[in-house]
Amino acid sequence: MSDRKIDEHTGVETTGHEWDGIRELDNPLPRWWLWVMWASVAFCVVYWILMPAWPGINGYTKGLLGKSDRAEVAQDLTEFKQIRGKEAAKLTNASLEQIEADPQLQAYALALGASVFGDNCATCHGTGGAGSKGYPNLRDDVWLWGGSLEDIHHTIEVGVRSGEDGARLSQMPAFGRDQMLQPAQIDDLTEYVVHLSRRKADAAAVARASTLYQEQCAACHAPDGTGAQAMGAPNLTDAEWLYGSDREDIKAQIWNGRGGVMPTWGKRLDPETIKALTVYVHANAGGQ
Amino acid sequence: MTVVIDRTRGPDPAQRRAGPGGTPVSAAERVRQKKAAGDLYQARVPIYPKLVHGRWRAIKWALLIGTLAIYYVTPWLRWERPGALPDQAVLVDFTGQRFYFFWIQLWPQEVYFITGLLVMAALALFLTTALFGRLWCGYACPQTVWTDLYIYVERLFEGDRNARMRLDAAPMSFDKLWRKTGKHLVWLAIAFGTGGAWIFYFHDAPNLIRDFWVGKAPATAYVSCAVLTGTTYLLAGFMREQVCTYMCPWPRIQGAMLDQHSLQVTYRTDRGEPRGAHKKNASWEGRGDCVDCNQCVVACPMGIDIRNGPQLECINCGLCIDACDEIMGKLGRPKALIAYDTDAAVAARAAKQTPVYPLVRPRTVYYGAALALVSGLMLWGFANRSTLDLHALRDRNPMYVRLHDGAVRDGYTLKIANRGFEPKTLQVAFAGVPGAKLKIPGEPATEGVLTVIAPPNEVTAVRIFVNAPPAALTAPDLPAAFTVTDGKVEAVAKTTFVTGAAR
Repeated sequence: MSDRKIDEHTGVETTGHEWDGIRELDNPLPRWWLWVMWASVAFCVVYWILMPAWPGINGYTKGLLGKSDRAEVAQDLTEFKQIRGKEAAKLTNASLEQIEADPQLQAYALALGASVFGDNCATCHGTGGAGSKGYPNLRDDVWLWGGSLEDIHHTIEVGVRSGEDGARLSQMPAFGRDQMLQPAQIDDLTEYVVHLSRRKADAAAVARASTLYQEQCAACHAPDGTGAQAMGAPNLTDAEWLYGSDREDIKAQIWNGRGGVMPTWGKRLDPETIKALTVYVHANAGGQ
Repeated sequence: MTVVIDRTRGPDPAQRRAGPGGTPVSAAERVRQKKAAGDLYQARVPIYPKLVHGRWRAIKWALLIGTLAIYYVTPWLRWERPGALPDQAVLVDFTGQRFYFFWIQLWPQEVYFITGLLVMAALALFLTTALFGRLWCGYACPQTVWTDLYIYVERLFEGDRNARMRLDAAPMSFDKLWRKTGKHLVWLAIAFGTGGAWIFYFHDAPNLIRDFWVGKAPATAYVSCAVLTGTTYLLAGFMREQVCTYMCPWPRIQGAMLDQHSLQVTYRTDRGEPRGAHKKNASWEGRGDCVDCNQCVVACPMGIDIRNGPQLECINCGLCIDACDEIMGKLGRPKALIAYDTDAAVAARAAKQTPVYPLVRPRTVYYGAALALVSGLMLWGFANRSTLDLHALRDRNPMYVRLHDGAVRDGYTLKIANRGFEPKTLQVAFAGVPGAKLKIPGEPATEGVLTVIAPPNEVTAVRIFVNAPPAALTAPDLPAAFTVTDGKVEAVAKTTFVTGAAR
């Protein structure tokens, strides 16, 4: 295995290993390399004594310096709350319009709003706020309950159909499930709604459903189908459909009269956070 | 007494190769034997370089003073800048995330200029090494400069080579004690000055020096100062040639840059050999010029004998040249028995040919071309460096938003970097989508251009919504671009408008 040779050029013995004709000289290590090793060992011992080091059955050695990442995080959080306290006070005193007008305060509100949105709202509305079927898109310009700062703020505060007092409430009847209308009538109404959104529809069915619509739907969705934000009644003439735009989806909605639920955030989040959230949602939707 | 230190020759190979009686032994047995002999590790052999006088020593003194002056003085130079910007000429401002060098200000995003500078420095070093050998090691390397300074201090307290060797051999006395103590105190002071000067490159020097002494400086300043004080004291005071021989990778790397035409400190064997003592008035016929006086060896700060030929340890400082020239002068022989010369020239003279010194060789051409290329590229980049930079980040969640009338809205965040020292009023335009309307949240929409004010010396983020009318939604993706301009400088950022149209 070991084939030790004397290197001709230097007269130094080789280690006896060979790699592609290259041999390594077996020069002695400088003594101080050994010292460096012992110094490293000594450092480790000192480190073990000073810092948390050895795991045990019921915990670990804490070290004399009392260093603890967990405690440092707690300290950071306390400091963060103090810093945030000052900004939060500014949010308390400023109106929503004032927050939007002050770039610094707005930036703070947007940052806070983004993180709160991710924690509380993204579950239903999506991380980007684009919603999905049955969960309103908060990024477009279509608002069931209004898209002004005040409207958004109120919606977040009281929630929708949450069962709490003062919550926004609208209830579309389940015309099919509750047998309020015949299936044929619902088919006709479906054609009528398609017609309202300026798409091609069966003219005979539209004519048949015309009176029916005015009797059953116009009270909320308005005679021309443009809806009413005060009642949370969707506009049926635009390109935005909460539960889908094709005939099957429309028919299913008339049949079941679905309506989503949004929590009353006023009971869960503090007023400053709701203000920040409002500014965030408003800005992300283009700011109506 | 002269101690010849020759590390190019190991212990007698015959003794190491085999056990007693010349029989081969196992590896473990060999280790045991070595351990017993104490040669598994090697203690540092102290080196007492003798002071020489001459051309190269003078150049080394001048470079020592020059480089140290640059190092210590630079942080104190002032340079006026507008506003509240620091007025330190050279400042690496980590807190403010800026690098200042006189009229140049670099942002962290422009760190490639520093990279380029380092590449240029490396290539320049390659070229210099290929042409003139390890000049960096011998003259400009901080390890060499500070070691030289420390040896100078050592001489002030303990005298030159022979006096120092006597002092080290002598038993402890009051005289030895104060000389040693004084030397180490001055060494520590220099080390502290070195670490102290370093930290001034990272903070405003006049403020920092005040804060430093009253305990208000940042912890990094104290730690950096302490670490550099320690390393300077250790590396220049005690480690010295060990750093070059064992710690630095550069001697090995430089081996790949040298060839037989590279200038390096060379003992001209063709003229020196055969060497030997020379009696006064004796003939020089039939012998070499080397009188074996060992002055080149005692002068060497690396503790080697240059007459053994080019060696890894040699830093090419030229002190042995000065030492030898002095002796040659006294003997009335021509100087430059040891000189900056090439292996090829020595071989040529030995073969009775005229030596040639070709500076243009394939490797110098490669290094030179690479250096010119990189320098040109960096210069071009620097000359065309804009004070305005634009990046457009398209919203990815959601990719697009369909509005009530069938129009589609994409959200973008524009990052506008104003590297100038004045605020810029910028016109933001969007191209690529016919009839598109731009809107900053909270402001009215416009079909034309938006106006944005970019504060000086920072990155401004602007949120912009682009509305595309239904007629414009002709493809799933529309190539688009944002342009910002203040009339003088312009920046363009290419992006995509996602329409949501079926693919």
